[in-house]
Amino acid sequence: MIREFSSADILFIVSAVRWTLILSVIAFLGGAIGGLAVALARTAQGRLRRRIAAGFIQVFQGTPLLMQLFLVYFGLAVLGLPIDPLLAAAVALTLHASAYLGEIWRGAIEAVPPGQTEAAVALSLSYRDRMRHVVLPQAMRLATAPTVGFLVQLIKGTSLASIIGFTELTRAGQIINNATFKPFLVFGTVAALYFVLCWPLSLLARHMEARMRLAITR
Amino acid sequence: MYQFNFQPVFGNLDLLLYGAWLTVRLSLMAMVLGLVVSVLGAVAKTSGIRPLRWLVDVYVEVIRNTPFLVQIFFIFFGLPAAGISLSPNTAALVALVVNVGAYGTEIIRAGIESIPRGQIEAGRALGLSPAQIFRYVVMVPALRNIYPSLTSQFIYLMLTSSVVSVISANDLASAGADLNARTFASFEIYLVLTILYFVLALGFSTLFAAIRRAFFTYPASR
Repeated sequence: MIREFSSADILFIVSAVRWTLILSVIAFLGGAIGGLAVALARTAQGRLRRRIAAGFIQVFQGTPLLMQLFLVYFGLAVLGLPIDPLLAAAVALTLHASAYLGEIWRGAIEAVPPGQTEAAVALSLSYRDRMRHVVLPQAMRLATAPTVGFLVQLIKGTSLASIIGFTELTRAGQIINNATFKPFLVFGTVAALYFVLCWPLSLLARHMEARMRLAITR
Repeated sequence: MYQFNFQPVFGNLDLLLYGAWLTVRLSLMAMVLGLVVSVLGAVAKTSGIRPLRWLVDVYVEVIRNTPFLVQIFFIFFGLPAAGISLSPNTAALVALVVNVGAYGTEIIRAGIESIPRGQIEAGRALGLSPAQIFRYVVMVPALRNIYPSLTSQFIYLMLTSSVVSVISANDLASAGADLNARTFASFEIYLVLTILYFVLALGFSTLFAAIRRAFFTYPASR
């Protein structure tokens, strides 16, 4: 039955934003931990660790996020776990974010002048202290703008979780569209909501990048 | 214990390889048309005409801050309400071109702005026509400068094109989905699909490196 598009439908779509946000936050936090591990492994002394991290990044940046989602989703069954769209989406997006953040942060770590590391070694700081107090704080300043930029990509990426059946913003739109058949209105609303989430972050990233460029050229 | 069964995949490998060819074709078409849109967008953005610049700004920001999946739904399901009905394959191509055009516009604009003004003035002093200046003094050096970001955007486009399977346009991902509906060997199918996409990504980056060597190196470095 096709029914009228009402304010309850708009409310349903708007309230689905929270699932998009929850998924984005999980993936970002998971990705931050994974990404740090990947970035440290990628810049480590050990050759094997560097190779593995590089391979991880290449695989996740060289395959579609949609395929990664499907693989994790059906992979849960292979492992004998119950198939749960939220779990699958969270795991796949975390792995995805780990690879991208790992690559961004590797660049930032490598951009810290080598003299800084050498000085820390001369002070006989351990690897842990060297990273924690010398290298990472400086790398973090360089990494913030591209990290915020990636967050936009991640929020947009969560829309693909709708394809494996997780009801976030895009899937809420599909559900309402199937009931009311007002695609122009429904997907226009959905797009506007994503825009409201992403645009401020894009502006922030651009602003930080411009400030960083000033700081470097000064 | 899960029993792996790759028989359905290898028994139907021809279907998947044909799907891979469709993805290559779709991506190549989207890249070429997307490049045209990007150049036009970048020229409009760097032109002095204010309403035109403003229009391109809105296009770029809207596309870059909304998911591709929502864009393709809007084009495939939404546009018929406005009297524009597209087949799944056409809608897929249009959505990809519109999407990559927005990213490409920004990339090429950055390339054009990286050309020093003095270089254009030098072209004028040599008596080159405006068209020659645009082509040899602005576009070719600009493309050379932004070639790495443009081609990685193109590879990202090829990976994103897997999403067109949701409106059942024909590509590698939808070939896999069809096979999955018939055989239910889901994990095995998607594992092989992922590997095929990875191979395509490697193939495209090899192709782009070859194009770079052929067309975008300075004569001195040949």
